[in-house]
Amino acid sequence: MSAQHFDWLKLRPEGLYCDPAGVFIDPARPVDRAIITHGHADHARPGHNNVLATQETLSIMKVRYPSDGAHYQSARYGQEFRIGDVSLWFAPAGHVLGSAQIVIEYRGYRAVISGDYKRQPDPTAAPFEPVRCDLFVTEATFALPVFRHPKPESQIDRLLRSISAFPEQPHLLGVYGLGKCQRILSLLRSAGFDEPIYLHGALVELTNLYTAFGNNFGNVQSVQTANKTALSVGLVLAPPSATTDRWSRRFNNPRIAVASGWMQVRARARQRGAEVPLIISDHADWNDLLKTCAETQASKVWITHGREDALAFALSKQGQEATPLRLSGREEESE
Amino acid sequence: MVVRKKANDWNKPIENFSRLLDSLVFTNGRNAKLRLIGRYLEETPDPARGYALAALTGDLRLPGVKPAAVRALAGGQIEPELFAMSYDYVGDLAETVALIWPDGEYFQPKLTDVVESLLNAKKAAATPTLKYWLDQLDYNGRWALLKLVTGGLRVGVSARLAKMALADAFDASVSDIEEIWYSVSPPYYDLFDWLEGRGKKPDPAVGAGFRPVMLANPLEEALLSELDPKNYLAEWKWDGIRVQAASRNGQRKLFTRTGEDIGNSFPEIVQHLDFDAVIDGELLIRTPKPNESMAVESFSALQKRLGRKTPGPKLIAELPACIRAYDLLFEGDEDLRSLPFIERRKRLEAWARKAPDIIDLSPLVPFSNWRELIEIRSSARAAGIEGLMIKDKFTSYVPGRPKNQWFKWKREPLTVDLVVMYAQRGHGRRSSYYSDFTLGAWKDANTLVPVCKAYSGYTDQELVKLDKWVRENTDKRYGPVRSVTPGLVLEIAFDAAQTSTRHKSGVALRFPRIKRIRWDKPVNEAEALAAVIKYINAS
Repeated sequence: MSAQHFDWLKLRPEGLYCDPAGVFIDPARPVDRAIITHGHADHARPGHNNVLATQETLSIMKVRYPSDGAHYQSARYGQEFRIGDVSLWFAPAGHVLGSAQIVIEYRGYRAVISGDYKRQPDPTAAPFEPVRCDLFVTEATFALPVFRHPKPESQIDRLLRSISAFPEQPHLLGVYGLGKCQRILSLLRSAGFDEPIYLHGALVELTNLYTAFGNNFGNVQSVQTANKTALSVGLVLAPPSATTDRWSRRFNNPRIAVASGWMQVRARARQRGAEVPLIISDHADWNDLLKTCAETQASKVWITHGREDALAFALSKQGQEATPLRLSGREEESE
Repeated sequence: MVVRKKANDWNKPIENFSRLLDSLVFTNGRNAKLRLIGRYLEETPDPARGYALAALTGDLRLPGVKPAAVRALAGGQIEPELFAMSYDYVGDLAETVALIWPDGEYFQPKLTDVVESLLNAKKAAATPTLKYWLDQLDYNGRWALLKLVTGGLRVGVSARLAKMALADAFDASVSDIEEIWYSVSPPYYDLFDWLEGRGKKPDPAVGAGFRPVMLANPLEEALLSELDPKNYLAEWKWDGIRVQAASRNGQRKLFTRTGEDIGNSFPEIVQHLDFDAVIDGELLIRTPKPNESMAVESFSALQKRLGRKTPGPKLIAELPACIRAYDLLFEGDEDLRSLPFIERRKRLEAWARKAPDIIDLSPLVPFSNWRELIEIRSSARAAGIEGLMIKDKFTSYVPGRPKNQWFKWKREPLTVDLVVMYAQRGHGRRSSYYSDFTLGAWKDANTLVPVCKAYSGYTDQELVKLDKWVRENTDKRYGPVRSVTPGLVLEIAFDAAQTSTRHKSGVALRFPRIKRIRWDKPVNEAEALAAVIKYINAS
């Protein structure tokens, strides 16, 4: 298949653009019509006129951008939308609550724009569904053979062992506020940890939103209202930057944990000041990227952001023609 | 106090050596490291814990595997292009190979099996044996093994720290452990038998073992009025490194003060230890001039030798080492350590008369009262001497740093006013504070060049103010480092200036610390680089 079969999908300064439908997918700048794959700030931005996304993603955007004047239209997974000759629908991406791949059909060809995705099970996000297609647009955040995410349970075990070995110290766990925080809460409860868990103020609202969508995280309290004595030896979740900055000074001699796919590489973990690095990622690792691309059976793969060269090289070995898009505006560290 | 529920599955000990190493890599605090190691040693059976201990102290000698052989192994697992991209990203060979290696059967082999198979492997079998275990181990295990066979763990644990953890875990004294260390060997069955009360203390007298050294406390000048000068002897404080030369029953060793054997780096010393005694003294580089037989070079000359594991004959001829002796611990089989210092000194003086040429005696500095000694100290800098040692005549040789027995009294430091250029956040308790400063001097009216880093000397309250100042005057950020707009002068105390090829300015300061924060001082009144360079000859 030649590239011109997909000349209706274009790369513009604002982002990826579907010409016959007149919509951008995850645009980096304000546009008239935007389809949003998921609620992370480098994908969901304020200021568009019209936004089409899942109900969960729209709810996340309302929490983050309460004064955004956009017109929001919600989509269920699998619900078909027709715009002229274009037919499109949302499929689950397994990344965070409400995350979706966008499936677009036009003139007999199907493209899937996957946004960010993972294949590991996560009770707080609908599991990824592979969709057969001609063109698959993939991320490449962890596209190196060194990234093989371990089972998240083993990492939670590591945290619990640290809590047990240093019971007199508080543990500050750096987590990304949307998705990672709530996945960790869920994993901790599944592991049988039934102490109260304390949240940095910035994490409270999104966690409440997850609860409203049916998640139960047990006894979770805001740091602001928590009992000081219990807090001084407790487990506290906070945005990664807060764990080593001024906010952390209220804790006496804390152990610093960080949950991120980057923790796989020791030098990066040390750079982030992690004493308890947890390799827990909401992105696909190397094997899952290759497996997913293969499962879509796409003849062409476009790579949006990350380590494009390694993924393009390996995809070509499995017979898929890969092109790096070098999309701007994606955050390297957003994990 | 919150009582934590003890759930069995996560309250288990660190049963696994590679997991211990993994925890140590990321743990900053010394006490936390001691606890992790101690807990492992208490809860792990023999002989695994013995091999683990040897790995931590650097006494486990597995057959070495060259980096090229490790790369070749990796080449059998993954395309070279992908390996190159991975290595480029990770930046560490052992870690890259451990990460890309496929997970195998996952039955978690035992440390003992891995270590013993490698210890027994012939040289040619080392690489295939390594591959066999890489196929069996999980990621942490592969990483630990690759680190061990390619030269050292580097997990931020010194041999001394490992021994302290051992001592803490079994309520023993670290001096006792250091004393017997060279008479025991991995996996240390006899050592653990003794520590756990099943066996006798291993006999240190057998070989040229290390004897834990006696250390001095810094002298607070105010204390002098409480001390009777008649009870003390004074010596010069030499600017080399503390060593212990042990020659007993045909064994010859040269130890650092922490018991590390550096004999290989100083063969010209070891060659001449043809006596039966244990000497405590200072390792120095002698000035190779025939008429001044034992004049010595500065510390930077010694540094050039310390950097070399196996020095060539040319370097040895250029920078020959010698020992300036100040104590005698053993003479033949006789242990002198329980004698008072003044008795040991007499024995040392007598012994030194028949000592080999590479050893001379550290002379006493006569004085009759403290005022006289203060005078002598103030002339130390001009004489190129680091300061004075003051020792109680009547105390025996006690390992560690006993109070009020030996004092070090360094010469007055030099001071210089420098400008803060960069600040970096600290570690552990200081991780949220900009506490490490790079300081510069004026190369010309508009250009600052860095001359030193300083991260001590201030109070907690001052640190809060410094941190605030850095945040308010940040110019650029480079990861954990911030550059600041020149605007703050710190008065830096330092012991000496040295030429440096590593620093752009060409000068490096020894032992810099912050003496005062000069909030009042305009930056253009800070020191010029030319003036800092002049200090190189001042010491």
